[in-house]
Amino acid sequence: MKTFKLPDFTLPALLTRLGPRLPQLPPTLVLVGALNAALRTARGPALGHLLPKELLEPLIGRRVTLRVLDAGMTLRFAYGERGFRPSFDNAPADLTMSARTRDFLALLLREEDADTLFFGRRLLMEGDTELGLLVKNTLDGIDLPRFDLAQLSSRLAPAELLSRLGEYLARRAVPHH
Amino acid sequence: MTTDTSPRIELVCPAGGLPALKTAVDHGADCVYAGFRDETNARNFTGLNFDDKALAEGVKYAHSRRAKVLIALNTFPQASNWSRWTAAVDRAAGHGVDAVILADLGLMDYAAHRHPNLRLHLSVQGSATNYEAINFYRERFGIQRAVLPRVLSLAQVEQVIANTQVEIEVFGFGGLCVMVEGRCALSAYATGTSPNCQGACSPGKAVRWEQTPQGMETRLNGILIDRYADGERAGYPTLCKGRFEVDEETYYAIEEPTSLNTLEMLPELMRIGVSAIKIEGRQRSPAYVEQVTKVWRAAIDACRRDAANFVPKAAWMAELNKVSEGQSHTLGAYYRPWK
Repeated sequence: MKTFKLPDFTLPALLTRLGPRLPQLPPTLVLVGALNAALRTARGPALGHLLPKELLEPLIGRRVTLRVLDAGMTLRFAYGERGFRPSFDNAPADLTMSARTRDFLALLLREEDADTLFFGRRLLMEGDTELGLLVKNTLDGIDLPRFDLAQLSSRLAPAELLSRLGEYLARRAVPHH
Repeated sequence: MTTDTSPRIELVCPAGGLPALKTAVDHGADCVYAGFRDETNARNFTGLNFDDKALAEGVKYAHSRRAKVLIALNTFPQASNWSRWTAAVDRAAGHGVDAVILADLGLMDYAAHRHPNLRLHLSVQGSATNYEAINFYRERFGIQRAVLPRVLSLAQVEQVIANTQVEIEVFGFGGLCVMVEGRCALSAYATGTSPNCQGACSPGKAVRWEQTPQGMETRLNGILIDRYADGERAGYPTLCKGRFEVDEETYYAIEEPTSLNTLEMLPELMRIGVSAIKIEGRQRSPAYVEQVTKVWRAAIDACRRDAANFVPKAAWMAELNKVSEGQSHTLGAYYRPWK
């Protein structure tokens, strides 16, 4: 059973102003690294992977932008045959989702419903709504193990994620298209 | 402690996927309703619903915890695709679900003959608002439950219950539409896709949201249906909840986005003999299912313990208001002091 509840917070306004002036690549790499880790993380032969590849097929070749409003961050990435990767150009995204850091985290932790956030104007989905529904419903449909940190696969532990992020960066030092 | 004499009322919760089903069962749903990944149900949205593997696991999970699984096959087949709906009935029966929720007469006939032991519920989409209609379904197809359309007053619901052996299920909480159930053509008119036959009202492919200097705009197949000022609560992108210009005034010309919430009527619903309360929202996330199921489970248990002194807790109402669509909640047609 979950005991942790995400507090309601907004990052300081200074960060919101500073964010857009900072390089957007490092946070984007962290994000795609985590997504790719979820793609590879097996839950055992019976359950397959955390992010089921077959469900993500309609995402192939599509560009997604996450705008983390209070962090002033714009994370652009795309999904392809080889997984998630950052987008380096400014081509328009197929789907743009905008929310505060806290609300993106709440969605990820399944503490908040996307429609609830939308009704309260805390989540905006622009572009291809069909693609947005696919992303939202696919994430909602993943049968995660009970949210008990002790039971979470050690491959998702922060230290393990960081080390694999390092490997990922080393492998992908050359920007690809 | 619940007394044995208090009326039993089932809590029927929505599941758009396996995590939502498990969440509903874990938090006290007596029944969970779900659909397949196609147009045989009225929440045919991309990425939502159950394939055979997920349903098999869901049924096993629910049954091992003494909860029921109902499968909604509540859209209307056409001559060209009839076999997809009959195959869906066969699939549901094969999974050992506790009932199928049907709207189409032909499909009901098929299910009654092919699977005589399969429990049949009449969907809200069947739009049966009087006991004569419901009793006809009972005599002809042996339905055991009917879900009432959201157009009847409490007194009318009571009259239906008094005149039928069929169990009556009513909507207790969730999104409302214009309530021309099974017959609404607004979304089909704007998008070319029929919710009643293809299972999606305002399908994703037709919806566009855009933040503009004037506010957030919602368009359905290019038609501007609403524009929200900053901070103004939003509703679903459906034509019925749009604001339109009528005689140089712009307002909700059909209905305001709002959610049904009948929590305060629970003692009355129990007294008149309602068998089950349905929570709307198969399109929503496991988080919503958890929040709403918890509140309704606690409220039903409290009401069964002591209906005379039942008052909804402020915290329950706040939790439900938080997840509600639009500006407010309503008792809908149930509360109608005039006759």
